[in-house]
Amino acid sequence: MMQFTCPHCGPRDQAEFIYERTVDAVVSLDAAPEEAMKSLFTRNNPRGVDEEIWRHTYGCRAWMVIARNRVTNEISATRAVGPEALP
Amino acid sequence: MSQYSAFGLLRGALNGQKHWQPAWRDPEPKSHYDIIIIGGGGHGLATAYYLAKVHGLKNIAVLEKGWIGGGNTGRNTTIVRSNYRLKPLHDLFEFGLKMWEHLSDELNYNVMFSPRGAMFLGHSDADMTKLAERGDAMRCDGIDADLMTRDEVQKLEPLLDMSRDARFPIEGGLIQRRGGTARHDAVAWGYARRADSLGVDIIQKCEVTGFVRDGDAVVGVETTRGRINAGRVGICVAGHSGHVAGLAGLKLPVESQTLQAMVTEGVKPMINSVIMSQSLHCYISQSDKGGIVFGGDPDNWPSYAQRGNPMVMERAVAQGLALVPALSRLRMVRTWSGVTDMSFDGAPIIGETPVKNLFLNGGWCYGGFKATPASGWTYAHTLATGKPHALNAPFALDRFERGATIDETGSGPMPNSR
Repeated sequence: MMQFTCPHCGPRDQAEFIYERTVDAVVSLDAAPEEAMKSLFTRNNPRGVDEEIWRHTYGCRAWMVIARNRVTNEISATRAVGPEALP
Repeated sequence: MSQYSAFGLLRGALNGQKHWQPAWRDPEPKSHYDIIIIGGGGHGLATAYYLAKVHGLKNIAVLEKGWIGGGNTGRNTTIVRSNYRLKPLHDLFEFGLKMWEHLSDELNYNVMFSPRGAMFLGHSDADMTKLAERGDAMRCDGIDADLMTRDEVQKLEPLLDMSRDARFPIEGGLIQRRGGTARHDAVAWGYARRADSLGVDIIQKCEVTGFVRDGDAVVGVETTRGRINAGRVGICVAGHSGHVAGLAGLKLPVESQTLQAMVTEGVKPMINSVIMSQSLHCYISQSDKGGIVFGGDPDNWPSYAQRGNPMVMERAVAQGLALVPALSRLRMVRTWSGVTDMSFDGAPIIGETPVKNLFLNGGWCYGGFKATPASGWTYAHTLATGKPHALNAPFALDRFERGATIDETGSGPMPNSR
């Protein structure tokens, strides 16, 4: 099992988190149909590092972006998203 | 190539079995091939075989970065069935199942196809309604399907926990009696041997690192063993589809995830069919060697790791033990996992890409093994003619932007959303 560091709760077991989708799969509200199509139906899916959105579902329920290597599972960065992450 | 036969085996017994020859050559790559297939798994090797046999092409290479059959062909649970709900899937997988029934003869190689029955369990009234709907859809397309009562399920699989206070009560089932299992390695080796005998170059330890472009067309591949020119190039790399297509600048409707499976020590026959539960997502069968093979859900996040997460394995084991409590006495001897390219409607992608001369066969999710012959047959047609076969036309890459998804589970645009 991986261990994630929640920006709000600290290090927690992966079992508390649910994977949502990658950052490149978020459809912006003003996206043209072609862009929305691309965001919904395609992924960079790199054999390396990608930015993923996870939710601390069985914890503080906050969303976060985790940069993770898909081969080694090494986590290089975690940042909070949502209003609480604003300056 | 000498034919394998019982007579040959007997004759070999008299001279110490010294007549055996390597089943395929180990050729150096040539500088040019008419068709290059990237990926030496079952699908790639089957494609090469049908290209040579059905379409009469001579100058074909299969490039494999590791060894043949070492990816998902060697990492699945060997289940063969065609019990789907939607017509395009019926047509493709049933065509494949009919090929499985004669595959050992076709390849002169025993793929140990064992049609012992593939059974879905129903755990509730709603489950039984869904299974009846699926069975009706199958029978309308001429595929065998029988709805089973609780007693019939119990008679076929006496070790299932049929008690009323079971964790997952069993109300009935749906069986496809022509479904079953096959020997996965034999499929890769059988196709490789036959393809090789028809002149296909199977080149192992040769990883594709890039594509050679001429304008908007692919004209060859860069590999760890040098540049190789090609008329047409077919990607057939399962979980690594996104990576290889990315080398050509394509962004695919797939996300790669890890799927685990495991096997126990060998025991006397105790599981007679392939037991599957779609509500739980657990499947159990017994290999010819006696080991109980089972698997569950993919790890539900992207991964190229080829190793699974114990958390997910535990869930699969818990489901298996709840269904067949006797399994708790067995020791698990091996677990493994493969990288699956989960497509966004759960159906495969076989056909052209936006790049000229570059074709794609992928997105098989966790259901590729059973399709090996049909996948090879249709992909060979597509690579030889440049056009889709009637069976793979619905599985074109552009179906997502056309809104023509083949969404068996009706789950929307997420990989493996169930």
